[in-house]
Amino acid sequence: MPEMNMAKAINLALHEAMDRDSRVIVMGEDIGPDEGVFRVTEGLWKKHGEKRVIDTPLAESGIVGAAIGMALYGLRPVAEIQFAGFEYYAFHQIEMHAGRYRNRTRGKLTVPMVLRCPSGGGIRAIEHHSESREAIYAHSPGLKVVIPSGPRSARALLHAAIQDPDPVIYYEPKALYRLFKENVPETIETLPIGRAQVIQEGSEITLISYGATVRAMIDAAEILEEEDGVKAEMIDLLSIAPLDTETILNSVRKTGRCVVIHEGPRTCGIGSEVVARINEGALLYLEAPIKRVTGYDVPIPYFAREKAYLPDGDKVVSAAREVLSF
Amino acid sequence: MPRKPIELPMQVEYMSILDDTGEVDKELEPKVEAAQLKDMFRWMLYARRVDERLLKLQRQGRIGTFPQATGHEAISLGSAINLKPDDWHVPAYRELAGFLYRGWTLEGILIYWMGFEEGARPPEGVNDTPIAVPIASQLLHAAGMGMAANIVGDKKVVMTYFGDGATSEGDCHEALNFASVFQAPVIFVCLNNQYAISVPLSKQMHCETIVQRAVAYGMPGIKVDGNDILAVYVATKEAVERARSGGGPTLVECLTYRYTPHTTADDPSRYRSDEETQRWVAKEPLIRFEKYLKNKNVLNDADIKKMDEEIEVRINEAIIAAEEATKKPPLSDPLAMFDYLYADLPQNLQEQREELAKALGLNTSETEPRNAATSARRGA
Repeated sequence: MPEMNMAKAINLALHEAMDRDSRVIVMGEDIGPDEGVFRVTEGLWKKHGEKRVIDTPLAESGIVGAAIGMALYGLRPVAEIQFAGFEYYAFHQIEMHAGRYRNRTRGKLTVPMVLRCPSGGGIRAIEHHSESREAIYAHSPGLKVVIPSGPRSARALLHAAIQDPDPVIYYEPKALYRLFKENVPETIETLPIGRAQVIQEGSEITLISYGATVRAMIDAAEILEEEDGVKAEMIDLLSIAPLDTETILNSVRKTGRCVVIHEGPRTCGIGSEVVARINEGALLYLEAPIKRVTGYDVPIPYFAREKAYLPDGDKVVSAAREVLSF
Repeated sequence: MPRKPIELPMQVEYMSILDDTGEVDKELEPKVEAAQLKDMFRWMLYARRVDERLLKLQRQGRIGTFPQATGHEAISLGSAINLKPDDWHVPAYRELAGFLYRGWTLEGILIYWMGFEEGARPPEGVNDTPIAVPIASQLLHAAGMGMAANIVGDKKVVMTYFGDGATSEGDCHEALNFASVFQAPVIFVCLNNQYAISVPLSKQMHCETIVQRAVAYGMPGIKVDGNDILAVYVATKEAVERARSGGGPTLVECLTYRYTPHTTADDPSRYRSDEETQRWVAKEPLIRFEKYLKNKNVLNDADIKKMDEEIEVRINEAIIAAEEATKKPPLSDPLAMFDYLYADLPQNLQEQREELAKALGLNTSETEPRNAATSARRGA
């Protein structure tokens, strides 16, 4: 396979999934002839037609509620919410139904659907177009939440999400759509939902991140290695719910130091959960308090100030140095 | 460039076939076999008696808070009998007659109101969703099912239910719109009982009828006397036939009255008069269907007495069975709360399950997670 960017890799996964399984239906706003506002659904409508590639009315609850109905019926809908900042319109459908049907019918009715949402900041978008609210879904029972960090994980996680028997929230950090290219394998690969990846081994500090801020983590690790001679262990969570506690604890037990990095607000963010699990499972291995480098507890600022809000390599390096010198 | 009224392509109708006294309109009277008519009455009576007994059980503290369904039997049953088993029945929560007719066991219904999700598991052999508590939210699932039926092309139809209060919810609008845009085979049955807890319909909307909205959505609509099972039957039968033959959705407004409190936790004396309720009691659906059937010599008092006796036995047996079931696993096992959230029990839930088992002094090895997918894999 050639190198491709993340938008193309997600598009490839959608093509592959639709080709393989006639139950896979793609639906959302502007995903048909317009091919999605980020062109992620390119070619699908032309190939599969409006029966399986459905331009819906402009109604998020309608999209999610109808997708739930399709999933109950036996289809495998992959619904798109155009921007994560508009999911709130559909939150009640996600929380009260998608995450609950299996439980309340004791396994009889299930909702194998995927909700794709371009998420996060960094593209100088207008207001309400830059949110990272994955913690809300991680807090909602019955859902799975995955967030890729690049083309290869995007394709593999989307396949896993579509094949999963339960509802999966699939966040697409839109700052990564065209940021860089990666080789993806010739054959379809899936990544197991619920498993993190150690993307670099190290011994002195563990850096943990996911999604767009994996880039900040990698930048920081390079600086730490060059300037401080510290090789950081880096974990890309990939799956926010379920969270791979084992990989986190194994790493922290080894390094004794940790920084968690994410874009969403800090309070009750994913970092809070990571820290709590380390507290429960590896407290006595810690050499220093864990630091969080996250978005602040304010709405992500309109684009003139968003750079200051977002975690970057320098912020992560500062936090890591504090932890290392504690 | 004139200014003139817009001629709309559709208009809505009103229909009643049995009047308040049980007299039938001979021209509109549907041809239904005597045996089926009698059976319809039996199901209505069964639902009524179950509802009455549920109230007693609630007052005795043997089941929890529940919304009574008395007076809504004609709407629920008169529409549900037009479905095939593999059509979808997507109720709200006052469709007791429909639940029973579709094969939900009374034991299961009791178990549900005793506080167990196990009672929300639909029976085998039908395509049903359980009670939907969040108002109007289920209508979108119905729309999606109808869209799926069109995609798959299998000619199934979807019948979904909602109250007058639900028409104020955004999901109601979105569902009607989606169903219409995609010409989904969905029958939207509105149980207009004129109250959303305490708020009367006049404060819910500022228009003459609910059904007139069908015109706005570009779908056929009909308003019927919801206490007249023949009118409900005919209107929904037409709608089902239209949906099945590719004619898209229909809105059926069924006018009735909420004869009971909203739920057993509600006190209607705070917001409406007893006189008002009594005026509607005279028009309730069982009395007039009974009169009609007696006039046709399809039913007599001895029949009703026999039905009542059989129903009482069935209800008594179901109560015993349900109360016995709650004493045994899985109902008696609090760890079952974890077992069906996901196809596979994730690590954090396994840990929490064990934590609860320890807190309650239970042995987890004796209460393996019951999840079908998990146990299948373990067996493999």
